[in-house]
Amino acid sequence: MLKVVVRRLLVMPFLLLGIVTATFLLAQFTKGNPLISIIGARNLDNAEIVAAAKARWGLDGSVPERYATYVWNLAHGDLGTSFRTKQPVLTDLAQRLPATLELVICAMIIGAVGGIVLAIVSAEFKNTFADHLARLVALLGSCLPVFWLGLIALFLFTVQTQMLPGPGRLDIRAVPPPAVTGFMLVDTLLAGNWGAFVDALRHLVLPALVLGWSVMGIITRMVRASMLDVLGQDYITMARAKGAGRLRVLIHHALANALIPALTILGFTFAYLITGSVLVETIFSWPGIGSYAVDAARSLDYPAITGVTIIGGLGFLIANLLTDIAYAVADPRMREAG
Amino acid sequence: MLFSPPARAAERPRPRLSAGIGRAFRRLGWSHLPLIFAIVVLVGLVVIAITIPWWTPYDPVALAGRRLQPPSAAHWLGTDALGRDVLVRTLYGARYSLPIAAGVLAVAVALGVAVGALAGFLGGLIDNVLMRLADITLAFPPVLLAMAIAASLGPGLVNTALALIIVWWPIYARLMRAQVLNVKKLDHVDAAIVGGVKPGRLLFRHIMPLCWSPIFVNMTMDVGQVILLAAGLSFIGLGAQPPTPEWGQMIAEGASNFYCWWIALGPGMAIFLVSLSSNFLGDALRDVADPRGRQ
Repeated sequence: MLKVVVRRLLVMPFLLLGIVTATFLLAQFTKGNPLISIIGARNLDNAEIVAAAKARWGLDGSVPERYATYVWNLAHGDLGTSFRTKQPVLTDLAQRLPATLELVICAMIIGAVGGIVLAIVSAEFKNTFADHLARLVALLGSCLPVFWLGLIALFLFTVQTQMLPGPGRLDIRAVPPPAVTGFMLVDTLLAGNWGAFVDALRHLVLPALVLGWSVMGIITRMVRASMLDVLGQDYITMARAKGAGRLRVLIHHALANALIPALTILGFTFAYLITGSVLVETIFSWPGIGSYAVDAARSLDYPAITGVTIIGGLGFLIANLLTDIAYAVADPRMREAG
Repeated sequence: MLFSPPARAAERPRPRLSAGIGRAFRRLGWSHLPLIFAIVVLVGLVVIAITIPWWTPYDPVALAGRRLQPPSAAHWLGTDALGRDVLVRTLYGARYSLPIAAGVLAVAVALGVAVGALAGFLGGLIDNVLMRLADITLAFPPVLLAMAIAASLGPGLVNTALALIIVWWPIYARLMRAQVLNVKKLDHVDAAIVGGVKPGRLLFRHIMPLCWSPIFVNMTMDVGQVILLAAGLSFIGLGAQPPTPEWGQMIAEGASNFYCWWIALGPGMAIFLVSLSSNFLGDALRDVADPRGRQ
């Protein structure tokens, strides 16, 4: 397994170069004229302004030249400058990353805990009503379109019952706490502002639940299958024979082993979460990377969209690598079997 | 006697048709309810998509009544911001989403299967080049790749479909390659090689016929995924453009008239039903293809 991890590490730079090349080529196909979003349609007739803008944004030069410049800049951590915000893309992304991470981490916790509980229930009560119900709940999450679910949830909880606040991370009238970590939950606590913390938490509930439910399906499916595998093994029968309680067998004896094969879907879950967060952030006006990507794609801001794509690809590669490592660490058999 | 000989057909009483249907349903039973549900939904939607212009009272893109009316007897799912009937638009939406899913999967599977079969069968340099291409495509989070493609080609349904094909082909290439590699090890392939079968015939007649079942299962499951992602792209404005009655696009219209919940209800339920059905159908197909995995 160590070999697999090392091989993955060696391949990663090449995959990354492939990603970069692919995004660069994609940007070359752009039909819309990016100059419109830089200088506005009215200035397109003015040759001087057009030439200046082209030089300023690196739009002149041949394709290979631009590719070389692009890769060179990327190697130095320069993702280009957004046409829309006129800021370096990396700065934009760094500003927005904590919001996305906060949402995704909470959603992941909800999805994992919910999925594992549902899986345990459905494995223990296999082929009963409880099993079918648990699987249906999990399946609904992955079949309901998240952007629609978000919309309905917003309508039900903020308009109809007014139980929860509307979109955004904080009340619009509230003064945001000084940004230390960028995580609203942490920053409000650091500022000692208890009221703002509760407000941030209440804003987080709906998007995190919607996103978490959407990944519950794959987690439940995977954990249930491996749980059933494990529950059929001799050592479980042994534990039962020795008088271990039902819950103790499930949690203490079976779950730890059942979670190991389930680790393989971590990378897959990451892809699901990115898809979900793009759509959920759009619905909930969440100022994260997902809504940044949507704004960039809508306004043909291609340094931004390629930047997001490259960073997303890098994140995905790392998630897959971590999956392999976690699997190797969790299963001693894998460590020996090269 | 432990094993009684089976009654001959002539001696068995012939059941009435109605009792036969009842018994058939009992034998199918509750465990087949999802499958029946899926078939009803999918066949129903296909029939609706084909026949809809002949029996709907309203035009999907023309004024049908007053604006933003809640559900009523005349408009079962209400009307949207331009006074168009939401139910009629939702039903028309099947004419976009279903062909997109079918088209995307048909092309992606054809492409992926061809690439995967070639790579697995030939091996060596060609295998390496083709599979590294697949690896690079798979290294992108699907939604970001689709967004980047749709953004650079320009918004629209055809470009969305193209983006989804690019996202989906490598999955099938990998699946097919793994299948071909497995089947290649089987004895009958060695026997065929010894028997002097030519490579083309070997691939098409001796290997590929044994490779299809996971492809079909995956395809069925992916119908829902393709529809979800296509609708998502339309929702953020990169897919179908107004006034197309496409489901994702309609939900976006619902989002901009937030207080009128009924505008997004129909298309949301439609996407949900199709993707649930594709899951049910895929599960049933998998049980047929691989009974060992049934749980």
